Amino acid sequence: MNSPRFNNFVNWILARFPLTKVWNEHLAKYYTPKNFNFWYFFGSLALLVLVIQFATGIMLTINYKPDSALAFDSVEYIMRDVDWGWLIRYMHSTGASAFFIVVYLHMFRGLLYGSFKKPRELVWIFGMLIYVCLMAESFMGYLLPWGQMSYWGAQVIISLFSAIPIVGEDLSLWIRGDYVVADATLNRFFAFHVAAIPLVLVLLVFLHIVALHQVGSNNPDGIEIKENKGPDGIPVDGIPFHPYYTVKDIVGICVFLFFFSVVLFYMPELEGYFLEHANFIPADPLQTPEHIAPLWYFTPFYAILRAVPDKFAGVLAMGGAIFVLFLLPWLDTVKVKSIRYRGGIYKKALFLFVISFFGLGYLGMQAPTPNATIAARLLTVVYFSFFLLMPIYTRWEKFKAVPKRLTSNSSIGDQLPLIKQAVADITQDTVVTTKSGKTIHLKTPNPSGLRSASVDLAKKMKDSLD
Amino acid sequence: MKTLLTVIFSLFAFTCSASGKIELMHANIDLSDNVSLKRGAEHYVTYCLGCHSAKHIRYLRIAEDFELTEDVVLKDIAPVGASIYDPMLSAMDKHDSKYWFGNVPPDLSLIARSRGSDWLYTYLKSFYRDTTKTHGTNNALFKDVGMPNVLWKLQGEQVPHYSDEKNQVISSLSLARPGELSPDEFDTVITDLVNFLDYVGEPAKLKRQQMGKYVLFFILILGFIAYLLKKEYWKDIH
Repeated sequence: MNSPRFNNFVNWILARFPLTKVWNEHLAKYYTPKNFNFWYFFGSLALLVLVIQFATGIMLTINYKPDSALAFDSVEYIMRDVDWGWLIRYMHSTGASAFFIVVYLHMFRGLLYGSFKKPRELVWIFGMLIYVCLMAESFMGYLLPWGQMSYWGAQVIISLFSAIPIVGEDLSLWIRGDYVVADATLNRFFAFHVAAIPLVLVLLVFLHIVALHQVGSNNPDGIEIKENKGPDGIPVDGIPFHPYYTVKDIVGICVFLFFFSVVLFYMPELEGYFLEHANFIPADPLQTPEHIAPLWYFTPFYAILRAVPDKFAGVLAMGGAIFVLFLLPWLDTVKVKSIRYRGGIYKKALFLFVISFFGLGYLGMQAPTPNATIAARLLTVVYFSFFLLMPIYTRWEKFKAVPKRLTSNSSIGDQLPLIKQAVADITQDTVVTTKSGKTIHLKTPNPSGLRSASVDLAKKMKDSLD
Repeated sequence: MKTLLTVIFSLFAFTCSASGKIELMHANIDLSDNVSLKRGAEHYVTYCLGCHSAKHIRYLRIAEDFELTEDVVLKDIAPVGASIYDPMLSAMDKHDSKYWFGNVPPDLSLIARSRGSDWLYTYLKSFYRDTTKTHGTNNALFKDVGMPNVLWKLQGEQVPHYSDEKNQVISSLSLARPGELSPDEFDTVITDLVNFLDYVGEPAKLKRQQMGKYVLFFILILGFIAYLLKKEYWKDIH
């Protein structure tokens, strides 16, 4: 590759395009904290899933027909008669859920380590806009298979707009393009799903990354590595993103793809969580399904919607539940970023928030019963309290001393002896003589060891919340 | 902390409620059993295709997937006059069916995906004699279903036993009059039929499951190499 002709070609490009500059700024000389842990895989994984969704989505549009009379059958055509069509379709449907799993974990990382705080407010705002886009994208994409849940889910969600006073009815009519969800709706949702929103999404991802690389990545200690630079102007605790995090992210990608493939090849419907059973029935405007539930990633917000007795107030609450996340950088005014050095109050509040999110997610999937509604109301209050009371409860927080330099992460290699020790503690060797006279050494659970180990674990968990 | 946990746990206990319906029986199907699938296809054409299309599957695909020759499929499975390229379409007129049954019988291509194989298995075995109905039968799993018991001749007639006579809560069904087949033989017929419907729901299912292990194995190897690469690069980072 060192031929003069090749060099000439490269120089010709470099004179016209800042390839080296972009490469250095964003990869080879982008200095990142060296102590990224498990939680830091999900950014690159989100990018991977985005690429999967684009690639498979384009392939699906080749055979999909956005027409209410043909849509359902064209999806089945892809599943049966298109070569590898089933694989592409399952990658896309599993990818949609995987996207939300990855993005929720990515956002939770932000809550853990205060990644939304100064100077990264804009990174968080762009990220939240990506999340909102993603919700629109998945909602519109879900109509395209034109199954019963596609149809009635869209019917329910679009009718929410009609709850808005004065303009509501006209607005929902304008969104649908018809008095009910119909061919017109399917066509416009297709346009938005495959063209408009993906464009916005790509732009936002670009802005998210540019904004991040301007201020630099946060880390599990929540310390600014730029404040501690060596004589060469490079952060002492920083390492170039490429090759260190590129090779590390490949490991993360392999682990992710393993779980992704398990779902893809063995349980693409995931018991109705990733592909709802009722969506294998073609859309029928004359027959409402007995139980309409959105896919799992919307259920926390759906539960909030149902928890509020008034329809319009419910819509406001649902919107507010998402909007309040945008305000996070200004609600949490504490200077200490990482949960490692924050007080027990924040840890307990975050714990309650996680419970409320999962609880609402569960309740959103269930048919509403009076008891479930009461529970949903309670959890909705918890959800909002976490954010809105944040300026108050953080006042009493007692912080730990934040170190000046990054603390090191223990690797899997370091933890192996500890794991071995833990296994040895909870098992005991017993010698068994078989009928044929052989003696075998068996590892059996040691009750007292198990008991003390679980007590230790419970103590550790309690301590970690203080 | 303790009170917090108690509140959370009681919340979940509080929201869980049980619903009463007859329990689903397990369909012991095997998608790799081509003999059972072929029998299922034959039963489908004999007993179901009269009313229910399965428009998303072609006879040719059945021949390929069950490792049968086209001639065998045309002779043993497809109705007389069907071409190997035809999808499984019912000859029944929609207007007639609406008049006869009150509803157009649904296409069954995806019934195994929307209902599940256990549901189908239980449903097909849960018909019982009910003289108040137009067709003389009712179903314990799908109450007041429009479909008559097409398989009565094979199965015989079942009668219900109520745990709550007043509210018509059925606890079990028993055979009042035996059919042409013994209960075991009838079980095989239903299992084959459900196996076939499960196949029709997703013809690529078996291939997908067989492929999975190779993909996972490849990812494991790739992951291991990637981990070694990462370790090598990170040696000098402390």
